[in-house]
Amino acid sequence: MKQYETVIGLEVHVELATKTKIFCSCSTAFGGAPNTHTCPVCTGMPGSLPVLNKQVVEYAMAVGLATNCTITQYNKFDRKNYFYPDNPQNYQISQLYLPICRNGRVEIETEAGKKSIGIHEIHMEEDAGKLIHDEWENCSLVDYNRSGVPLIEIVSEPDMCSADEVIAYLEKLRLIIQYLGASDCKLQEGSMRVDVNLSVMEVGAKEFGTRTEMKNLNSFKAIARAIENERQRQIELLEEGKSVTQETRRWDDNKAYSYAMRSKEDAQDYRYFPEPDLVPVVIDDEWLAAVKSKEPEFRDAKKNRYINDYNLPEYDADIITLYKKLADIFEKTTDICKLPKKVSNWLIGETMKLLKEKAMEPDEITFSPENFAKVILLVENGTINGVIAKDVFKIVFEENIDPDKYVEKKGLKMNNDEVGLKKIVEEVIAANPQSVEDYHNGKDKAIGFLVGQTMKAAKGKANPGIVNKILKELL
Amino acid sequence: MNIMSLTAVELGKKIKQKEISVEEAVIAALDSIEAKDEAVGSFVTVCRDKAMEDAREIQGKIDRGELDGPLAGVPVAIKDNMCTEGILTTCSSKILSNFNPAYTAEAVLNLQKAGAVIIGKTNMDEFAMGSTTETSAIKITKNPWNQEHVPGGSSGGSCAAVAAEECHYALGSDTGGSIRQPSSFCGVTGIKPTYGTVSRYGLIAYGSSLDQIGPVAKDVTDCATILEAISSYDAKDSTSVKRENYDFTSALVDDVKGLKIGIPKAYFEDGLDSEVKAAVLNAAKVLEKKGAIVEEFDLGLVNFAIPAYYVIASAEASSNLARFDGVKYGYRTSEYEGLHNMYKKSRSEGFGPEVKRRIMLGSFVLSSGYYDAYYLKALKTKALIKKEFDKAFEKYDVILGPAAPTTAPKLGESLKDPIKMYLGDIYTVSVNLAGLPGISLPCGVSSQGLPIGLQLIGDCFKENNIIRAAYSFEKSMTYNRCDMAKQFD
Amino acid sequence: MANIISDETIEYVGILAKLELSDSEKEQAKKDMGNMLDYIDKLNELDTTGVEPMSQVFPVNNVFREDVVTNTDMRDAIIKNAPAKKNGSFMVPKTVE
Repeated sequence: MKQYETVIGLEVHVELATKTKIFCSCSTAFGGAPNTHTCPVCTGMPGSLPVLNKQVVEYAMAVGLATNCTITQYNKFDRKNYFYPDNPQNYQISQLYLPICRNGRVEIETEAGKKSIGIHEIHMEEDAGKLIHDEWENCSLVDYNRSGVPLIEIVSEPDMCSADEVIAYLEKLRLIIQYLGASDCKLQEGSMRVDVNLSVMEVGAKEFGTRTEMKNLNSFKAIARAIENERQRQIELLEEGKSVTQETRRWDDNKAYSYAMRSKEDAQDYRYFPEPDLVPVVIDDEWLAAVKSKEPEFRDAKKNRYINDYNLPEYDADIITLYKKLADIFEKTTDICKLPKKVSNWLIGETMKLLKEKAMEPDEITFSPENFAKVILLVENGTINGVIAKDVFKIVFEENIDPDKYVEKKGLKMNNDEVGLKKIVEEVIAANPQSVEDYHNGKDKAIGFLVGQTMKAAKGKANPGIVNKILKELL
Repeated sequence: MNIMSLTAVELGKKIKQKEISVEEAVIAALDSIEAKDEAVGSFVTVCRDKAMEDAREIQGKIDRGELDGPLAGVPVAIKDNMCTEGILTTCSSKILSNFNPAYTAEAVLNLQKAGAVIIGKTNMDEFAMGSTTETSAIKITKNPWNQEHVPGGSSGGSCAAVAAEECHYALGSDTGGSIRQPSSFCGVTGIKPTYGTVSRYGLIAYGSSLDQIGPVAKDVTDCATILEAISSYDAKDSTSVKRENYDFTSALVDDVKGLKIGIPKAYFEDGLDSEVKAAVLNAAKVLEKKGAIVEEFDLGLVNFAIPAYYVIASAEASSNLARFDGVKYGYRTSEYEGLHNMYKKSRSEGFGPEVKRRIMLGSFVLSSGYYDAYYLKALKTKALIKKEFDKAFEKYDVILGPAAPTTAPKLGESLKDPIKMYLGDIYTVSVNLAGLPGISLPCGVSSQGLPIGLQLIGDCFKENNIIRAAYSFEKSMTYNRCDMAKQFD
Repeated sequence: MANIISDETIEYVGILAKLELSDSEKEQAKKDMGNMLDYIDKLNELDTTGVEPMSQVFPVNNVFREDVVTNTDMRDAIIKNAPAKKNGSFMVPKTVE
């Protein structure tokens, strides 16, 4: 078999985190009953006209600046014409001729090393509505709540050659956009959608092979599987002496298989022309500078600062900055309690554990840095012990309660009463002669058991230092 | 007193002075429609009950002093391509025959705020595509001056209704001459304002970059007054222009001394009917006598306007009319197999031949491989045409010419040869391409007894120049009312 | 006639425009479009080298809305004209096979 290399370019759609749609004042909130977030504009009523949401332009500019793009100073919108029921006007307002950003790049790092991935362009456009298939009536139902939600489409150069690189690039984009607050970039929920353009060519060939476009990729895992599957499929075709057809394919992750989305009714001729209902967007240096000045500290800078200013280990800084939300909590909590490493431990340890248990994303965290800092300080000043602290934190995580009041109300303060504790220890020793014997025979583990029994008898509130001290004295 | 023979402003005054009640005015209009519309066919919808209800409400507001504008209580007819909440809006098309809009067009809202009573919706060429109102899927409208002739189009219903005195004034829309040409054919006055002056929000789009709403009325005073009422900056229309000046009635001055009027030589060459030519040139003489400086000049690119216009308007229309697909509103075919068949059948059964012709042409000129040769070429031509007008307006305040090359043709003749029909737009389309204001007003009657229209074109945002010239000219003319209108005298 | 419109072209434009023409309509459309394009070809007499295409007549730029929700639920008014509807949604023939 010949040797092949894979050439991959991505088209990434990102739903912007604006409050309103791109061309009307309808809410972009998720979860409304069908068509309750609609108006004449986003349902294509005759006579309605679009008016551009300024925030969309600012988010698009911010993403462009953060990905080293050149910002187009004279922008226009174009109409992309095609018939489909989720597209109420039967044209989509997009940008073909003068997209807002061009010629950018992002740096990625994989096991294969560092690499720069080119961004061909970023353009603004409107999202389509949602089609729900009704099996009972053998029809489809159209909900335009998502129709007109603002999107940016980030089109990369065909600079990637493996699933690893694709995922590294997507991670990088996701972080940049999340740090900007321009989108939450969730693949599962569709706020980030990835289409993979892939072709293969013989090693050393001068021209790219025919590419296909893969859609319906809802997770990084699906993307990796689809890339491998499509690469194999194309190589097999070529090995059999057949050719690859340029087409759009849909990935079915359950069946680990893709199929061509073909229809003789689709001419794929979008008849783009300048949108006559919108005027040009002119971005002057002043506006550009204003957006640039609002740019947040991005991950790499943050990571370095955490290592240098807070003395965090690189491992800690790496995990915390992976999510803007965690970084925000880290900084605010540290500001209050001045204990960066402790904050980091709680985030990487208990917080991550609870997120995993509850199958939550860091973005869904609801506890406040104030209450979080209180938990840490309660341990630090000896008010509660570490075991109780975990229980208290869990409640803070779940309900964001005030831990001071909670500890007070539930009587969870650490028991430092040496006389009282001595009594308990004496009872524990009397009840567990075997462990005492084990201890004297050099089994160090036995003391742990006795500490545990004492803590249990003291309802978990005993000061573990005092218990240890008394135990050693009495034994 | 015949209420219907009053102008809108005259009626408004009498309502204000309590000589006529709003209800009386509305009843007079409804009676007139009842009596004449079977013959004329101006209206596709008459809002009898709603108009009577509105009349009482508006009378109350006038009595309480909440409304005191010049149009308060005056009945109006609206071209059926402007959305009116609670009133069918059909664009004279089968595909929208049952469409009940969820909102009202901004221009109509402005009129309602001024106290207008909507009496009905007027017939038009389907989706404003046509020059005779014969492409309407609903009915034929006849020219009130001679019922064997067309009223012109596409605002034929609005112009015929005003000429026949079925209403006091009407709104029309003008994409390539659709207010000015039927005004000329019906012997009424109509203004196509500068692009961006009247909000397009709620006007069902034909050619978005060309469409403007404007007034159709009996005289220049009415037109200026109505234009003042409907114009506004509208944040809902991105192409709406914030003008410094929305005062048009102050230009109603009988004085053209020193006004520089240019007559494009190319407007008076082959194809212009000799009677029309004589009447229009006579109008120029009248203005010259009153002190205007009139001279002929060479306006370039006159013959390129129609091809450029039909490329741009059809392209935009092919996209604007894509939304009529049987999904959200309007007509859906009764039997179909699958989605695409539903689309095709609904649209093929719902649109008439002229609309289909333009959608096909528009889709073709935008399609892959032809965009540059046709669409881009047309946009470049438009830029050059605009330049020609810019040059002309460096020298002149007003450009004078005919509104149409002939008087109203006979019914049933025009649609046989579409291109010949399109050529009739020669004096009007360039005004839309360049975004200019234009007015058409009567300047004579042909030997056949059909009205002849004079067109005055102004520079962008200079409506007041053409209003002043038109008003001055009108002052020197005796107004010809059509026979149909005199029926109740 | 300089522009000859083929059956394929009319078929193709019909797919783009979602119009289904009868055989006689197709013949008429071929003729009409050919005639119209012959007429439009007049534009080729004009030298437009270096001319910027003009889509908007006035140099108005940057018309924006602020990002504030002002629309409220108006579903009933939006959906009332639908030829077919169910549970507040527009009903269409099945879009997937």
